[in-house]
Amino acid sequence: MGDTAHRTVIARYSEGERINHWIIAITFVLAALSGLALFHPSLYWMSSLVGGGTWSRILHPFFGVLMTISFVLMARAVAKYNRMDARDWQWLREMPKATSHDDPRLPEVGRYNGGQKILFKLLVASMALLLLSGIVIWRSYFSAYFPIGVIRIAAVVHALAGFVLVCSIIGHAYMAIFAVTGSMGAMTRGVVSPGWAWRHHRAWFRESIRAANPRTRAD
Amino acid sequence: MALQSLDIVRRSATTTPSPGVRGPATGEVAKLIDVSKCIGCKACQAACMEWNDLRDEIGTCNGTLENPHDLSDQTWTLMRFTELENPQGDLEWLIRKDGCMHCADPGCLKACPAPGAIVQYANGIVDFHQENCIGCGYCITGCPFDVPRISKKDKKAYKCTLCSDRVAVGLEPACIKACPTGALVFGTKEDMQHHAEGRVQDLQSRGFDQAGLYDPGGVGGTHVMYVLQHADQPQLYSNLPAEPRISPMVSAWKGITKPLAVAGIAMTALAALFHYLRVGPNDTTAEDEAAAAREMEKNHG
Repeated sequence: MGDTAHRTVIARYSEGERINHWIIAITFVLAALSGLALFHPSLYWMSSLVGGGTWSRILHPFFGVLMTISFVLMARAVAKYNRMDARDWQWLREMPKATSHDDPRLPEVGRYNGGQKILFKLLVASMALLLLSGIVIWRSYFSAYFPIGVIRIAAVVHALAGFVLVCSIIGHAYMAIFAVTGSMGAMTRGVVSPGWAWRHHRAWFRESIRAANPRTRAD
Repeated sequence: MALQSLDIVRRSATTTPSPGVRGPATGEVAKLIDVSKCIGCKACQAACMEWNDLRDEIGTCNGTLENPHDLSDQTWTLMRFTELENPQGDLEWLIRKDGCMHCADPGCLKACPAPGAIVQYANGIVDFHQENCIGCGYCITGCPFDVPRISKKDKKAYKCTLCSDRVAVGLEPACIKACPTGALVFGTKEDMQHHAEGRVQDLQSRGFDQAGLYDPGGVGGTHVMYVLQHADQPQLYSNLPAEPRISPMVSAWKGITKPLAVAGIAMTALAALFHYLRVGPNDTTAEDEAAAAREMEKNHG
């Protein structure tokens, strides 16, 4: 402790979790670009980023399927940390009024806070809807098996679920990259500083240091 | 068909005006299909194949004269045969020339996400420009008449062009030219409506009380119209829709959802930006690190 050449860090995500997260992130960006391109004419230029309109149409569903598979792997691992309990609702209620992270009205946060848990549920719901509706409107392989009325409903559901997913990820990326400094390290090198864990996820911090002595790592 | 056109009134996935200085001086065009005069010879079907250089696969016989059994990228018009036993116990052979109806309010064009893949000319023809088509099949989703077909060969959508290439140079569509009975006629929409009136009166005088013109208002009228002996029951004619309209699902998807969702996404991003400008980052402080360090010491001890 206090060694200037070393800093103490707390492990948050394993190598596999990080690789999987970035597969989801990349396929999401590609699926979002190719999907938004086909959603509104003002965004059609995005199709050129994946090779044009026809390539957008060809690749978009595959990006989506890859994203969904990777997300299922991630969701299976983190679902147990994302169950809402009374403390999460209390945290969500009090958070906007809180003056600091030490505000006594705020319950201590575990591995994920109430906002992150709601985000998780939004992601699960929107990706499930996107997958199901996406299969129905995947003209090359599947649309022929569905009646036209179902295809039309699926087109609307796909657009709405895509909207929810894109907005959710904008919020997620903003929080992780800009708003809560120190978060990115969790998904790049897999670690956070003890102060970050103390400030944002105090209950998880206590568990972590109880479970295993923090490792020290050369910077 | 891709021709330089200066008479485009609507263009898919396009939010600014299209080249449209040239108006239809002679008015909008229409094809009138008088089902009561059709003998099912399929000359129109053959003429369509010839003019457009289309050859569908040799199919199988399903017990009717309908062949091939569906529209396809190679079959832009298809005679559909219905054997109806009417309430008097007589046989009525209802033969309908199926194909694109060239709607005034085209569901295909509304649904199409590819700029310029579907255009509507001032003369009313709705045309696919396959070089802009991306093959998504949204036109099929949007069409109230189940007309567009995606080619297995090139994954582009195809349908009747109303011989836009012939009409553009003052010729009638190939099917019209080939029809031996006068069941198919072509001219301005106004003239065709007028012609149909006479046909309807004639049919009514011969006992077809419900004879009428099929020019469905739900899609703003069509540029392919039918004279039907039983206009009160269009579905008798191989499921011609009684009240075709762009599905409310398609309208919701391609109408209000589009601008609202794009605005919503932009607002979300702007909200994040303004949150950052107003509140700034939530930094971990030296006190946090110190508190964490104390806690960890305690844990070691």
